[in-house]
Amino acid sequence: MAINTRGRKLAAGAVMGAAMALAAHGAQAQNLNMAVGAPVTSLDPHYHQLSPNNAAAGMIFDRLINTDGDARMQPGLAESWRAVEPNVWEFRLRRGVTFHNGNPFTAEDVAFTFQRVPNVPNSPSSFAAFVRPITNVEVVDSHTLRITTQNPSPLLPQDLTNIFILDRETHENATTEQFNSGQAAIGTGPFRVVSHTMGDRIEFARNDSYFGTRPAWATVNYRMITNGGARTAALLSGDVDFIDQVPTPDLARVRGDRRLAVSEKVGLRLIFLGLDHMREDASPFITDNNGQPIARNPLRDLRVRQALSIAIDRPAIANRVMEGSATPSAQFLPPGVFSHIPNFAPPAPDAARARALLAEAGFPEGFRITLHGPNNRYPNDGRIVQAVGQMWTRIGVRTTVEAQPWTTFVGRAGRQEFSAFLIGWGSNPEGSHPVRNILATANRDRGWGASNRGRYSNPEVDSRLEAALVELDDARREAILQEAQRIALEDVGIIPLHIQTNIWAMRNTLQHEARADELTRAQDVRPR
Amino acid sequence: MTVYLLRRILQSLMVLLAMSVIVFVGVYAIGDPVEILISPDADQMERERAIAALGLDLPLWQQYLVFLQNALRGDLGRSFVFNEPALQLILNRMPATLELAFGAMFLSVLIGLPLGLYAGLKPESIGSRVIMAGSILGFSLPTFWVGLMLIMVFAVQLGWLPSSGRGETVQILGLHWSFLTANGWAHLAMPAFNLALFKISLVIRLTRSGVREAMLMDYVKFARAKGLSPTRVTFVHVFKNILIPVVTVVGLELGSTIAFSVVTETVFAWPGMGKLIIDSINVLDRPVIVAYLMVIVLMFITINLIVDILYSVLDPRVRLESKA
Repeated sequence: MAINTRGRKLAAGAVMGAAMALAAHGAQAQNLNMAVGAPVTSLDPHYHQLSPNNAAAGMIFDRLINTDGDARMQPGLAESWRAVEPNVWEFRLRRGVTFHNGNPFTAEDVAFTFQRVPNVPNSPSSFAAFVRPITNVEVVDSHTLRITTQNPSPLLPQDLTNIFILDRETHENATTEQFNSGQAAIGTGPFRVVSHTMGDRIEFARNDSYFGTRPAWATVNYRMITNGGARTAALLSGDVDFIDQVPTPDLARVRGDRRLAVSEKVGLRLIFLGLDHMREDASPFITDNNGQPIARNPLRDLRVRQALSIAIDRPAIANRVMEGSATPSAQFLPPGVFSHIPNFAPPAPDAARARALLAEAGFPEGFRITLHGPNNRYPNDGRIVQAVGQMWTRIGVRTTVEAQPWTTFVGRAGRQEFSAFLIGWGSNPEGSHPVRNILATANRDRGWGASNRGRYSNPEVDSRLEAALVELDDARREAILQEAQRIALEDVGIIPLHIQTNIWAMRNTLQHEARADELTRAQDVRPR
Repeated sequence: MTVYLLRRILQSLMVLLAMSVIVFVGVYAIGDPVEILISPDADQMERERAIAALGLDLPLWQQYLVFLQNALRGDLGRSFVFNEPALQLILNRMPATLELAFGAMFLSVLIGLPLGLYAGLKPESIGSRVIMAGSILGFSLPTFWVGLMLIMVFAVQLGWLPSSGRGETVQILGLHWSFLTANGWAHLAMPAFNLALFKISLVIRLTRSGVREAMLMDYVKFARAKGLSPTRVTFVHVFKNILIPVVTVVGLELGSTIAFSVVTETVFAWPGMGKLIIDSINVLDRPVIVAYLMVIVLMFITINLIVDILYSVLDPRVRLESKA
């Protein structure tokens, strides 16, 4: 470089000055106070598969493949990956990465992590399913890894976006309690854990040797304020700078406040109605207009299901009940996400046609039904159920509404006790995820339809899912998955209502990269 | 006395046992924790593994026997959610709740006694009418709403006090306490007042009726007739005597304040036992729910026992011996 001494001195002086100005300005700006609505229950990244835990883990640890705000795969601890044979994936790992305690990151650590994942004691919801396809992990060299799967496994990279990588040396015998105390919460991520008070707050400090983009905050105070009103109040009063899950009743006020800014993104969570497809004879909560049981289940008739779907005014629910924080949808995934079906919009509300369809199906006078739903799980869930009940009643299906706490609701829904019920589903950004869990025929051995609470079953959907799960060509797999979804949704296997918008609010001096996957993390927040 | 104590302890154990059965069956009836805890995309195999891991594959009576066996060794089970001993979780949260409860009791006496005294001495004045009307509000306004209003006024509009949380803590004996820092006091003020509101009204009304009753008593008349100053009559003769019922009620209220600070803790995101129990109920974390209720029952039993013993010490007319 050809810089003379004097120039260099000047440059150094300018840098010094700038640094001092930054330091003076940054003294208060280096700390971020944030509040999240859902409690983080553990810092062990393999203990409990729960989005709040994954968000916190995403600040401490890295995955082989990270995801961006649009839920697209990005190189994480792996720089590249490719299928070298139909059932062998090769991962090239990033060099020069260290854990918070200085240990170097190598392929051995990945192999160790895959071993640990299915063996975390007492885990109420383990990550084991993501590594189950793996039959062999071969450490080729310190930064190359070959993963063999039982069958061709196009979803392996996607699955591995859920697995946080640990250090063999540090975590060989680490217990969940040691993670929770902060002692073992050591990763390669952008932040180190300073302290953790369970259910209350986590204090973080920046990891200055992070390989990725350097976070803007030297320290982060990550608080959990579960009550929505209290969370908004904490933001309005300046106690915190940033919150997630802005309650819809507070949205107007937050948007109207010049001191605040909002960031939002259409999420991956569909709110829909499940229907009883299982029973051919009487369904438990359906009777005729005199309260007598109906011998056959009307929901088995496609025309009835169509009538119930087109009776619903989805824009009205999205605009009024959800106060604009939802997008009406006829499918699981929003536009731009892999295997979203193009040109597949929800039907326009049409009460007259709904009545005609009911009459065609042999129910000119309609029938009575009870619509169940939770009242404390999704934003405005109890009110959505009410709205749908009124819309159904308008076409002659006299609807009683019963909303109950999630704890009681979800067990009953899982036991197929309801005729029609509201529930939500947060998808992985990949069509096989909702198809496999919600629309595929329930089958224990294949692990399909585990959340298919209405027991919808369609061999055409199943056969396409089967093909998609081993199709390595992304374009072909996407087409097959679109077809599988289209078949099930045209058959009204479920009645989709809307996709929720994820909303964060902050001081207007901050900006935030909103995420489709609902995770709230400090590295996504920067000074404006 | 010894016979009485032994008897009471035996009774207490029976109550604990009965309580454990009721709670166990009750929580079992609400729903299936696995459905709530497990990730929705877990497949059926994963579900079965989780059910077995949490010991929920056994019939209820066997689960209960396992629980009982462990409880006898002082182990009330591990939280499903946190994977830590339930008792330890509760004890870790206890300082926060104790601070809140004692803060509330302190405020209720500090505010309630003088106001009640005034209202009792000058029952016809406008001031005491205002106080009495205010005490009705204190009884009838929902704690939840008052909490949110306090936050709106003092945190959001005026910006005087922090809206939620516990603030700085100091570690003593391995537990975190916030009442030793100024920041901690600022955080404590609003939730403690919120929790105290009901009790302030209670103390006002107790004091007022006590004072009004005492003023008609012969010993007060005599004191006045002796020519003692009104101040002396009030504070030495009247005040001393009305303190007994007030102290009794406040003491008993302490138990329920600790046990039922749930609403206040939720509104102010106060990380105490009440918030823990609400969060645990929401996810059906059975070991924590059961352990919490056990701790609370034990606390009530102990408080009642102490009150009974104190009575017999203070008032020789009360006899604890069993008649048999």
